[in-house]
Amino acid sequence: MSNKILMDSDSIGRSITRLSYEILERNSNSQDIVLIGIHNRGVPLAARIQNKISDISGVLLNKGSLDITFHRDDYRERLVIPQVKGTDIPFSLDGKTVILVDDVLYTGRTIRAAMDELNSFGRAAKVQLAVLVDRGHRELPIKADFVGKNIPTHEGEHVNVTLMETDDVDSVYLLRNQES
Amino acid sequence: MLQQRHLLGLEGYPAEDIQTIIDTAFKFREVLDRPIKKVPSLQGVTIVNLFFENSTRTRISFELAQKRLSADTVNFSASSSSLQKGESFKDTAQNIEAMKIDAVVIRHPTPGAPKLLTEFIDAVIINAGDGTHEHPTQAILDMMSLHEKFGKLKGLKVGIIGDISHSRVALSNIHGLLIMGADVTLCGPPNLIPPFIKDLGVNINYNVDEVIEWADALNILRIQRERMGLGLVPSVREYRAMFGITQERLESHQKEIVIMHPGPMNRGVEIDGTVADGDQAIILDQVLNGVASRMAILYLLCGGKSSEEDES
Amino acid sequence: MKIEKMAKNLILKNGTIMDPFHGKTISGDIWLKDGKIAGVGKVDAPKDSLTIDCSGKVITHGFCDIHVHFREPGREDKETLITGSHSAMAGGFTRVCVMPNTNPPLDTPESINFIREKAEECPIHIHPIGAVTKSQNGNDLTEMGLMHNEGAVAFSDDGLPIQNGAMMRIALEYATMIDVPVINHAEDECLRAEGLMHEGIISTQLGLPGNPDLAESAMVYRDLELAEFTGARLHIPHVSSMKAVQHIREMKSKNEKVTAEVTPHHLFFNDEALTSYNTNLKVAPPIRTESDRKALIEAVKDGTIDCIATDHAPHTIEDKETTFDLASFGMIGLESCFGAINKVLVHDEGFELGSVVKLLTSNPRAIMGFEQDLFSEGTNAEITILDPDVEWTFEKVHVQSRSINSPYYGEILKGKVEYTISRGQIMIQLS
Repeated sequence: MSNKILMDSDSIGRSITRLSYEILERNSNSQDIVLIGIHNRGVPLAARIQNKISDISGVLLNKGSLDITFHRDDYRERLVIPQVKGTDIPFSLDGKTVILVDDVLYTGRTIRAAMDELNSFGRAAKVQLAVLVDRGHRELPIKADFVGKNIPTHEGEHVNVTLMETDDVDSVYLLRNQES
Repeated sequence: MLQQRHLLGLEGYPAEDIQTIIDTAFKFREVLDRPIKKVPSLQGVTIVNLFFENSTRTRISFELAQKRLSADTVNFSASSSSLQKGESFKDTAQNIEAMKIDAVVIRHPTPGAPKLLTEFIDAVIINAGDGTHEHPTQAILDMMSLHEKFGKLKGLKVGIIGDISHSRVALSNIHGLLIMGADVTLCGPPNLIPPFIKDLGVNINYNVDEVIEWADALNILRIQRERMGLGLVPSVREYRAMFGITQERLESHQKEIVIMHPGPMNRGVEIDGTVADGDQAIILDQVLNGVASRMAILYLLCGGKSSEEDES
Repeated sequence: MKIEKMAKNLILKNGTIMDPFHGKTISGDIWLKDGKIAGVGKVDAPKDSLTIDCSGKVITHGFCDIHVHFREPGREDKETLITGSHSAMAGGFTRVCVMPNTNPPLDTPESINFIREKAEECPIHIHPIGAVTKSQNGNDLTEMGLMHNEGAVAFSDDGLPIQNGAMMRIALEYATMIDVPVINHAEDECLRAEGLMHEGIISTQLGLPGNPDLAESAMVYRDLELAEFTGARLHIPHVSSMKAVQHIREMKSKNEKVTAEVTPHHLFFNDEALTSYNTNLKVAPPIRTESDRKALIEAVKDGTIDCIATDHAPHTIEDKETTFDLASFGMIGLESCFGAINKVLVHDEGFELGSVVKLLTSNPRAIMGFEQDLFSEGTNAEITILDPDVEWTFEKVHVQSRSINSPYYGEILKGKVEYTISRGQIMIQLS
């Protein structure tokens, strides 16, 4: 295994700032914006975006967290059931603009499951997607509206994100599997 | 993933798996609070509710749990079926097996029937009560409710009051609570407490007032009126006087204590209506937790490959 | 296994000849001519005699089981006298007593006669036991005198206890004039209630209604007192509990007319084996705790228990392959008997093979008054040839009974019956 660091704490911070401005720019009525972080690392990222937007505009957006475990499409295939962290969306989503926040966009299946789950909380007016990293290789027709960094990858490569809140350090790095 | 393929009882059940089920059940409680109370996890999974003994509340609880998980449910009840025509247990089981289903929830009046079913059907088997043996899902929802109230089970003092010898709820609760580190005291008429049950590690006390003083929570079992006819319990008023959790009795103790009852209740016999409806009772929470914990159990047991042949 | 007519002259060559009646063991041959003993030890048989090589084997009396259920008349789907005979010979038995709880029960001289006549066609000796009360109703005494004349060797309502103490007294008193044993299935119906297995921590954990040991010991005690009072012969069947053993031991010291038997399954299993809800272990009286099992072994050792009897109880698959409450009580036991008790008593507990053979041969014969000196010249041959040490796993293929309800499948047994000779026929086990 070899690691290549692609983003450090500063560059992550700048991406968060730019994403926050872009979200405000795209959505004129900031009253109706709701940030929903997808477990695990989408949650602290959504919190950072919420803080940044509050600094910029003075508005504290509503924030929730989403655990997509029960909506995954691979329930029947898997032999291991991941630990459920829980969903916390204590408000209705009717008529709201939902910004889903996640760390890495890859196949798109997580986002599909997230959108499926959002339906249980009301009918959103709009759903947009903000991700720190887009690494390509979509298996479903899903696209991100706000992207921190595009990182094209090959097969056998992985993009890992670590955050201060969950892993004690901010970084985005590329992992290459060495053939054994 | 849970270590055992079926849920036949809590005897010998791994503590970490009970914790996993309870933790997952709390997540499903959240699903039950949503506007749309459904998750797609068990889509395409077929579950048969095989009830050889009539039961409205347990069956409805399981059905709700199954439907909220998007599973397909089929109900089979003893009164309407070929059992009336003398079809044997084995034939009933094999007919169901031939229809290729994924899980069976079985309630039967005879201890050991769910275990016997595992010999005839290759599906996940969940015991919804087998005679006087076990009722594991009830014990799990009871423990989840206690966990919700107290934040833990270890060191908790639970009194189980009533006809212990005929109670599958009691036995499953005893196993589950002891495995999770709680302390259990049984209380009831001595002839309704099995002589060998203390070997399981429970305390026995025939004085209900002492048990109330000692306990953090009471699980009150229904005293079946049929027992009275058999000379096992002299009369309703005798039972109420000696063991009933009445308003007066509870007030005389002036303490915080959680009141539980698996239902259905005989108001005015083992428990007063005012106690059941009072602040200390969590009986309705138990019902809601019942759906959530059954969702957790079904979710944790039905996952993975549907059959070995489906490997592509 | 096969059963065929014996050769005119047969030599059992070079075996260890164990005579349980005389208590002597020698090496040598036995010569059988026309199905009778012609010589024992050094024999002078015709040169063209058929020979069976018995080196390394033990040659002894044919086993005698005084407690079997052959279900004829009425439930020939479970077993008949013929299929029961095959089962018996496979287990080394040449003589059995059949219990009368058939349909109709053996409660008249006519029905006793029926068994005796049918038994003529069978390769083993079959003796009927007559019912104590008509239809086993516990109220009306049967015609014991006439039945005894027809060939009833004992009286029993086995399957059901004689619940009423007054009735038991009358039965014992009446039987004294006939001087045959009265055998009472000792389980107090009220104390036993709906019990399906031994009442203990295992039954509590399994949620099954329990049948406490005192349901047996209380009635055994009653029967022992009545036996002493009346002077009758009392034989106590399938003793299962330490408590009953204690009562029997005490009374036997004063009353030599009391005898008792134990089944192989009560010596082999304890109630922990029932945690799988295996209906083949559902028996009456129930299989009890390890302490009870040890007490039964001790009782066999000190003579409190006189003999082994299998209580062979065939049932159809439908009767057994169902929920525990609906399953019939009982298991087959003839084919597995020797391997099971030899393993427990000789190999695990250090008994001498000779004493175990006595429990299967001369002791039960003594209780029923059958001939015991089976190696004397001119006697009709009843012989069992065994390999006392071979280890084998009991499987369905070893069962000759019409029914297959046995809990021994997959169990490792020690010692096996290789040949059984009875009524001019020889059973060859084949491996």
